[in-house]
Amino acid sequence: MNIGTRKILDRSFTALGIGSIVVMAIALLIVLVPIITNGIGAVFFTGTVEHRKMLINEFKRGDTDKLAEEIASSDRYRSTVYKMLTGFEAELDRMPPEKKAEYKEKYSQVKPALQALLGPLPGDPEPMLTRFKYGQTRWEKAEEKLHDFLYESKWDNSNPNVMSKEYFVSRALGFEGTTLAQLFPYVKENIDHMLLPEFTVYWGFITDSSVDSHFFGGIWPEIQGTFFLAVGAMLFAFPLGVIAAVYFTEYAKPGFFNSMLRSANSTLAGVPSIVFGMFGLAFFINTLKVSESKSVIAGALTLAIMILPTIIRAAEEAILAVPKTYREASLSLGSTKWNTIATVILPAALPGILTGGVISLGRAAGETAPIIFTAAVSVGSAIGLADVFSSPTPALSWNIYNLASEHEAASQIRHVQYGMVLALVSIVLLLNLSAIVLRARISKKLKG
Amino acid sequence: MLMTADAREISQRAPAQKATRDMYIPPARKKISGGGTAHISAKEFSVYYDEFEAVKKVTADILSKYVTAIIGPSGCGKSTFLRAINRMNDLIPSCHTTGALLFDGNDIYGKFTDEVLLRKKVGMVFQKPNPFPKSIFDNIAYGPRLHGVNDKKKLMEIVERSLRKAAIWDEVCDRLDKNALGLSGGQQQRLCVARTLAVEPEVLLLDEPTSALDPKATAKIEDLIQELRGSYTIMIVTHNMQQASRVSDSTMFFYEGVLVEHASTAQLFTNPKDPITEDYITGRFS
Repeated sequence: MNIGTRKILDRSFTALGIGSIVVMAIALLIVLVPIITNGIGAVFFTGTVEHRKMLINEFKRGDTDKLAEEIASSDRYRSTVYKMLTGFEAELDRMPPEKKAEYKEKYSQVKPALQALLGPLPGDPEPMLTRFKYGQTRWEKAEEKLHDFLYESKWDNSNPNVMSKEYFVSRALGFEGTTLAQLFPYVKENIDHMLLPEFTVYWGFITDSSVDSHFFGGIWPEIQGTFFLAVGAMLFAFPLGVIAAVYFTEYAKPGFFNSMLRSANSTLAGVPSIVFGMFGLAFFINTLKVSESKSVIAGALTLAIMILPTIIRAAEEAILAVPKTYREASLSLGSTKWNTIATVILPAALPGILTGGVISLGRAAGETAPIIFTAAVSVGSAIGLADVFSSPTPALSWNIYNLASEHEAASQIRHVQYGMVLALVSIVLLLNLSAIVLRARISKKLKG
Repeated sequence: MLMTADAREISQRAPAQKATRDMYIPPARKKISGGGTAHISAKEFSVYYDEFEAVKKVTADILSKYVTAIIGPSGCGKSTFLRAINRMNDLIPSCHTTGALLFDGNDIYGKFTDEVLLRKKVGMVFQKPNPFPKSIFDNIAYGPRLHGVNDKKKLMEIVERSLRKAAIWDEVCDRLDKNALGLSGGQQQRLCVARTLAVEPEVLLLDEPTSALDPKATAKIEDLIQELRGSYTIMIVTHNMQQASRVSDSTMFFYEGVLVEHASTAQLFTNPKDPITEDYITGRFS
């Protein structure tokens, strides 16, 4: 090959390599940036007086005196609103019947919109669900609700060939000539005074339980559940995996049985995780009856089976990478095979084994399918260590899916969904990072 | 017996023996007391890798407390023979043996031989220095710990004694807790010798111990062998004929798996009986 072609080939390969790395980096940015920016919003956001009210009522946290002052100041503005409402209701009674029916229908939309924005109005019965007890707790949500309050959403279906289009009509126009017409500009003007937005740092998002299926509160039960499941899986899979790897590398004699075992192990690594989930349900819960129904222990065992092949593979490779000379040296000193493995080979293989282990731990933490049937529930409180044998747990991976797709008000709690995703991504990244650090430190210690 | 006669010859050898060829004759050696009996004896001993016969029907006696060198061209089976003595060949699944190889009169490949006990008595130092990735102290203490010494004070004694015997104590005494991989190649190799000595073997097998070392480190290892001569039965495989003639009392010459000649070093290098030996030591092939 002549030198020109060779150089062109070299350059194009380099360019190809750099190009693919750049594409990967961009893809990663596209995924990570929204997760991080939106996820951080679950902790750092502009909270309203309703948020502080909720914190004191539901979590007994916050400054009661300050809150009382704030409520008093916000009530000064709110009372005007309520007065306008009662005034309009009185006016409505005096209207002729046709007009009354027309306005009543419009008015029936105004009241819920106002309730959504500010919380229950005076004289309303105490709502059953916690989510209706408070107005908007987050300022950006309050702005959305304010828009809903000020404008009526309508759909333009006039042209059947074009998709219907949404457009907004000011509600104030509908009440032209009545006392209620003043309400809309008044609320728009004074919404700050009624909700008192303030920059809020809510660490409770990480440490609190959720209230009313994630409308308020935090994701601690999910974090704890993920931790229990992943660590539990590790407790089963790590020792088993290392022992299996030692058997494969040190004891197994080459032959039909051994190669069958190896290919079984490789196949196991490629089985879809939902199959492991079904297997876990069928085997651990229905056959072995490790628990009555879903439980942390069943989920952990299922995850353990799933990550076992990866751990075996990593450990096997790490053990095979230990120089033969260590083995020879140890044996020549009169060491038994087992002693050689325990005191020389495993310590030297430790960085590789641990890296494999921690990466599997990350995988166990992030896996959804195996725990759907065996361990996960969508809403629940944090469980104690003693309950792992009997009770299921919420977990991040499952609840991300659940909140985003099956929750009755998925669009209302985007910040919780993003917060959960960020929490999961951070946990997995931290685990992988610790694997890298651990490996570097042990390798350094071994190399002297 | 032939070999006992050899031994007498070795111990009675005059220091100022005249060189008939251009050979380096080692300086006068101290006399060895209590040595000279057959420590290891091979009888029609063969080693096979699958069908290939790597060592062919070797019959020889290795004398206790003396230094025996094994020389021969690459692939002649000298390393295989050496590794057969402490059964390191067991690590190779395809390897098997016929004939008898006796250590202190017991068959090394006998049914009831405990290879772990055997390796405790027959220590080995390898071609490439292979300290464990542990501290210097832990490297030396590894063997004694295996054999049940756990008392810290006693271990320290053993470590110091072994390192002193291997002539490396002065270089490492102030950094026993440092990783052994931080030492130079020559130091590592002497550390490996010390590690082997720490389990108090009777036989020391050296498999080309200086081939990975520079001349200075090589000289130190050779001095060390001289120091140890008389205390241990030493067998050394070497490609370096000067080294064999410098350090050994008797020499075995292997060629294509056959033990061609086995005689006192002085005799083998000055007056070889076999023409192949002569060709080899005069450098006609290697």
